[in-house]
Amino acid sequence: MSSPTGGPKSRVYALLLRLFPRSFRDEYGGEMEALFARRRRDADGFAPRIGLWLETLVDTLTAAVRCHADLLRQDVLQALRTFRRAPGFTGAVLLVSALGIGAMTAAFSITDHVLLRPLPYAGWERLVAVWQSNGNYARTEPSPAVFHDWQQLNTSFESLGAWYSGAINLVGVGEPVRLESTALTPNLMDMLGVRPRLGRSFSQEDARPGAPQTLLLSHAVWQSRFAGDPSILGRAVRIDGAPATVIGVMAPDFSFPKRGMQAWRPLGFGEEDYKERDNNYLKVVGKLRPGVTIEAVRTEMGVISERLAKAYPPAPGATKAGSTLFPLRSDVPWRSRQLLMALVGAALCLLLIACANLASLLLARALVRRKEISVRTALGAGKGRLVRQLLTESALLALGGGVLGVAAGFASMPLLALLVPPSLPITELPRLDLRVLSVAAVVTMFTALAFGVLPALRACRGTGPADLREGGRSGVGGRRERLRGFLVGAEVTISVVLLISAGLLLRALSRIQDTDPGFKSAGVLTLRTALPSPEYDATLRRAQFYDRVLAQTRQLPGVTGAAYISSLPIAYGGGIWSVEVPGRPRDDSNQRASLRFVTPGYFATMNTPLRAGRDTDPSDTFEAPFVAVVSESFAKQYWPGKDPLGQHFKFAFMPRTVVGVVGDIRIRGLERESEPQVYVPYRQVADNSVSWYSPKDLVVRSAANPLDLMPALRDIVRAADPNQPISDIRLLADIVADDTAPRRVQVIVLGAFAAIACLLAGVGLHGLLSFGVATRSQEFAVRMAIGAERMDIIRLVAREGATLAAAGIGIGLVLAYAAGRSLQALLVGLNPGDLTTYAAALALVLAGTALGTFLPAWRAVRVSPAAALRAE
Amino acid sequence: MKPKAADTDKLLPLPSATLHILLALADEDRHGYAILRDVEERTGGELRLGAGTLYRSLQRMLEQGLIVEIDDRPAPEMDDERRRYYRITPFGRTTARAELRRLAQLLDLGRQRGLAPGKV
Repeated sequence: MSSPTGGPKSRVYALLLRLFPRSFRDEYGGEMEALFARRRRDADGFAPRIGLWLETLVDTLTAAVRCHADLLRQDVLQALRTFRRAPGFTGAVLLVSALGIGAMTAAFSITDHVLLRPLPYAGWERLVAVWQSNGNYARTEPSPAVFHDWQQLNTSFESLGAWYSGAINLVGVGEPVRLESTALTPNLMDMLGVRPRLGRSFSQEDARPGAPQTLLLSHAVWQSRFAGDPSILGRAVRIDGAPATVIGVMAPDFSFPKRGMQAWRPLGFGEEDYKERDNNYLKVVGKLRPGVTIEAVRTEMGVISERLAKAYPPAPGATKAGSTLFPLRSDVPWRSRQLLMALVGAALCLLLIACANLASLLLARALVRRKEISVRTALGAGKGRLVRQLLTESALLALGGGVLGVAAGFASMPLLALLVPPSLPITELPRLDLRVLSVAAVVTMFTALAFGVLPALRACRGTGPADLREGGRSGVGGRRERLRGFLVGAEVTISVVLLISAGLLLRALSRIQDTDPGFKSAGVLTLRTALPSPEYDATLRRAQFYDRVLAQTRQLPGVTGAAYISSLPIAYGGGIWSVEVPGRPRDDSNQRASLRFVTPGYFATMNTPLRAGRDTDPSDTFEAPFVAVVSESFAKQYWPGKDPLGQHFKFAFMPRTVVGVVGDIRIRGLERESEPQVYVPYRQVADNSVSWYSPKDLVVRSAANPLDLMPALRDIVRAADPNQPISDIRLLADIVADDTAPRRVQVIVLGAFAAIACLLAGVGLHGLLSFGVATRSQEFAVRMAIGAERMDIIRLVAREGATLAAAGIGIGLVLAYAAGRSLQALLVGLNPGDLTTYAAALALVLAGTALGTFLPAWRAVRVSPAAALRAE
Repeated sequence: MKPKAADTDKLLPLPSATLHILLALADEDRHGYAILRDVEERTGGELRLGAGTLYRSLQRMLEQGLIVEIDDRPAPEMDDERRRYYRITPFGRTTARAELRRLAQLLDLGRQRGLAPGKV
């Protein structure tokens, strides 16, 4: 296509012409160049020439865009006609691509939401969580004294804030209510870059010890408890019995430190607070100065810890405190992270398998369409034009699949939301926004390319007049078949990996669910009545409340047991203290136990077996000798081979004597090892001492539906103290079930993925073999005509399927073992090569592939030879 | 693919480039450059079609059946081999007439409302 006049200017125009679709350029390019050359000769002088160039530029651009639009419209119309003619094929492609894209979109949006997205705070990248490390515990809370020293000594942080969470009883508006609240140092709100929606934030003056109490409310509480009253500012309420003033309302999307926080109070310290260095209850978060790295601040905090350890040497046997720092954004529970990564891996597998399946489907279809394509080539359509047409088809299919997939992905969000840990300050559900949509678009494009380009190129390669012959052998055998065979083999491989991974996780889950928590949860109702300080600081005052509530509760019909405990197992795992046993050197690293204050009857109510001695009883008063009931593991650790009854130890500031031994309880949840447990009578605690540990959770066992007791229980609590709110009403069984909820969701999702993958692999195999059978029906007819038995034909077809399946399964087993090992952390001790799982997964894959093989083989021998030969 | 009469209505209103090309071909067959010149001369230089617009229009008009390419050409010495000649089809004439009628009706409407354009 050389220009008659040549020259650089013509070459520029030739380049401009490249903007047009190729088919158009081939048709008219030469004439357009000639025409442009004429015009240039006509344009005399500088200004007309510039005018000509500008005019040409505009003309070329607009015309080129329109040409492309024309082609697109034609291709889209053509594609829609094609889809209408093949509804089964279209439906299959849409379904498969929707599954792949939907799985990937859902997995991405939930993982992005939990692990990647910016936290809803300004400068969130510079926020760092700072913990005290202590022996085996990488994260313990520092005391106000340690926090104060950190603040004074560090140079890396712009500011360092502290907080602790604890529910409060709010009285003065309708029913008394219990609110999740956090006390925080006034600088924390500034560090997070948040301002109240209404009113003001905390000032240093608010945080001064002894200052009048102030309160910031969450938007949700403002709406629900105060009906969005705009005159809320300055409103007088009572918090835990003491007067307080509402000074502001936060924005609806604000929460700190975790989802669903309802109120905030100021936190400040006086000189008094800095005296005791072991009063550990603070959480600390710092904002790095711009440019300071996390490594630098770790180093500095290490040096500070050393200095503090020198200034305040730990007691003999106690471990030296250090510090643990990490970006606040990465403070995601380890298990959530693992579950999400496994989910993403599985979704990726499913997407790949879907792409392989789609490529295979389109490849088969392209072969079928060779005749149509040859006709169009013969009629003068260029190869580029045909590829473009085929790509438009696959892009449209992928687009349809993408839309369906995103819809399906988001429909599954309520289920996946259980994988979002509630300990993060993020919403429960991810938003469907541009970020998620653009990832979905990229995934869709990837899918379209993966399954569209290859078949399109293949379909157009080497089509020629031979394909037009009546009964032309439509490309059976050779490279095309091998490529499809490879794709199907890969599908089998991936489905083996997914099935085995899902199977391992399922076995792990059932193993966890079979774990004995140490109590019987069925039929037990729990609720919380947290008695406020200072009103209930006196131990006797609290005891009166418990005794009254428990006595009346035990009178209710159907109730077989009721007791109070300082905190329920699983739901609240903390409360770990060090143990001192006479005659043993102090060793904080492994001499720790959980502390619970209980009322008599707790073990009977929970159905925790009493192994030796007795339960606590009403005679265990403050005046009586201090006693304790310990768990079996506690007795075994400190007095192995001896009778633990009557032994002495010091725990929670007091020497105590063992009077009973009970079965162990999984206080930290079913999956985790728990510290040994110590139970102490509710009356054997000094007034105003460790008030955090005063009993607050009521457990009631009932023979009938325990939730039916609620109205009566409300009346009982109201009668005991009309200002006492009730919160956290739950069934113990639900608390146990919630412990494994994220895992259950993961297993359901992974299981679904694996089932779909297996199905797709079977369908892929079926498609491949059916196609082969259909195109070889004449060959089979001839073979049968010259004496082959039906079984010979079946064997012929089945061999192909069996070879592919065997290769796929073989590679799959190896990869599955590797996948299982990477999941080991989630397998709670299950062998990643667990035979039962492998056998079950293999059986499923074999069934799927056998079905996919047998049906086409059967069809091969059902065709009458005469009919097959006549079709020629 | 022979266009039906009803197709005329679907094409209206015609893009101005299409109408002008049809007008240029009304009295004789022309090649691309000749069409451009004719349009330019008839409109006194008001309408200058670019090559891109011209050939895209021609392509669509061929597809729509408004024009055809013809094989018989002038004597070789007068002809550039790259040039293709276009001829208006009967359907093209019908469509051009329909479009002009539409424009005339519009003009009438304008006159009735006292919006008659002055003499040019």
